[in-house]
Amino acid sequence: MKSSSTFSLDKITASEILNGVPHGIAILDTDLRIVEMNGFLEVLTGFSNSDARGVDADFIIRSKIEDKSRQFRKVLETKQNLSVTGDILNQHHKKIPVHFTLSTLRDKFGTVAGLLVFLEDVSAQQSFDMKRLSPEAVDNILGHSPKMQEMFELLPLLAHTDASILITGETGTGKDMIAEAIHKTSKRSRRPFIKVNCGALPEALLESELFGHVRGAFTGAVKDKPGLFRLAQDGTIFLTEIGDLPLALQVKLLSFLDDKEFFPVGGVKKVQVNVRIIAATHRPLRALVNRGEFREDLFYRLNVLRLHLPPLREREGDIRLLLDHFLRKFNSGLNKNIQSFNSKSIDILTSYAYPGNVRELRNIVEYAVNICQGTKVQRKCLPRYLFSPAEVLKKPEPSDQETYITAKTPQEEQSDTAETKTARRTGGWQAVEKEMILEALKKSRGNRSQAARTLGWGRTTLWRKLNRHGLT
Amino acid sequence: MKILITIRGNNVAPRFDLTTEVLIALCENKQILGNPRNIVMTRPSSEDLCALIIKEDINMVVCGGIEESHLQYLAWKKIQVIDSVIGPCTEALKVASADILQPGTILPGAKQKENL
Repeated sequence: MKSSSTFSLDKITASEILNGVPHGIAILDTDLRIVEMNGFLEVLTGFSNSDARGVDADFIIRSKIEDKSRQFRKVLETKQNLSVTGDILNQHHKKIPVHFTLSTLRDKFGTVAGLLVFLEDVSAQQSFDMKRLSPEAVDNILGHSPKMQEMFELLPLLAHTDASILITGETGTGKDMIAEAIHKTSKRSRRPFIKVNCGALPEALLESELFGHVRGAFTGAVKDKPGLFRLAQDGTIFLTEIGDLPLALQVKLLSFLDDKEFFPVGGVKKVQVNVRIIAATHRPLRALVNRGEFREDLFYRLNVLRLHLPPLREREGDIRLLLDHFLRKFNSGLNKNIQSFNSKSIDILTSYAYPGNVRELRNIVEYAVNICQGTKVQRKCLPRYLFSPAEVLKKPEPSDQETYITAKTPQEEQSDTAETKTARRTGGWQAVEKEMILEALKKSRGNRSQAARTLGWGRTTLWRKLNRHGLT
Repeated sequence: MKILITIRGNNVAPRFDLTTEVLIALCENKQILGNPRNIVMTRPSSEDLCALIIKEDINMVVCGGIEESHLQYLAWKKIQVIDSVIGPCTEALKVASADILQPGTILPGAKQKENL
């Protein structure tokens, strides 16, 4: 009786120890088949412990080490530890650089009973080395403007805490990159960083994706699914477009943020996970709260640390920096010999409002590099819509203003001013296009062929766009 | 339907990019026609393997781990890819020809002792 309780306790302790180590661990028998894997290795390989048990380790770990089988057997024979660097290809089609350490496991009689494979994910280390090689491009986030400098100063502070972060900012300002940079510089950098777009999946599917489900929870749930929260154990989960999260799931997320535990879909047992949450949105969350589309309690829970990314037009001097950066990048990528922008094109590019922010600037430069035949980017190499900036700087529509009128704290008042301005300026590409068509038709006095020529489109294209905008 | 299976020994090769041998079989009405043929490649290379798949006019590829870029390339070429399959290639071919093989399948033969 006594020995049976000791045995059971030992077993639990061993499993706890394996799962407590922040690296992948596999125990193999002398035939090099999987006996046990820890949770980290499950995440790393994408295979569950139950599926992998009894399978040749090579088919689960899928590593690239030279003469692997011979090396594994050599460790079994010589009983000497071995360290090698290679990579593994996981079930999510991702190659991960890994450092392997192999050592033998002996039973109480000293006989070799198996092999312990220890896998350390060195991708974070490699990206850190890359970062050191190019200190100018801190994770490819560029900016010399005072607003960006403030943000760069704030980043390490945000990385060193474990509180939830809410990143706000217009589309194209780099919310995703900032979230990843925070994760990479945090103590969780060696654990998973999982990005979830809350607006990309329907509610039922999103719940199962985030929190997992148990076998038989619904039709088609043929086996347990761990869910992204569990896969991000000890890492960071990045919930982008949090403003699109359905209300029912907001309740579940709030409950998770409070207790750090949740019920998988159809499950009866609570699952506890240690995950840091970074949320991002380009939508005005406060206005959504006022309209009852976003839970106020969740808003406050996520809004522990708030980082507002400035739009490009408020980043003095950064436009020129980014233009040069992307010109160099596309120049080498497309094997061109473009030296710079000429003065006319630079005037247009620096005076443009960039409603799509850095993403739009990048696309404009890519377009220009593709079109340009000479050594300097000229006015004619730029997209045509840039020449009518007056239309881009549209007056706000009443609905846009309404969206931003909310009760604010003084700090929010300050940051939301930028958002309000943006909402006023940005009419979206559709609106710009409609304005361009109307302007061209006005100039041609309703002559569609002439308007199409002015716009640089074919008549059919103009006809299609007129239909789309309801201008026929 | 023409099926290609990346193999190593008697099993489905664990990685597409490290494959040096493939098995090609012709199937019709869920039956394997004739004897499958083996092709040994000069070196392991995902690009060479993709070129071979296109050249051989393959409809379905059964493999182990495959990188996203190659998976997308084959999907773009309208080739069905059943990846992350573990187990003996004969068993994989049988299930694939019956059109019931799923990505991530661990075939029963993968856990048998003689299949080392």
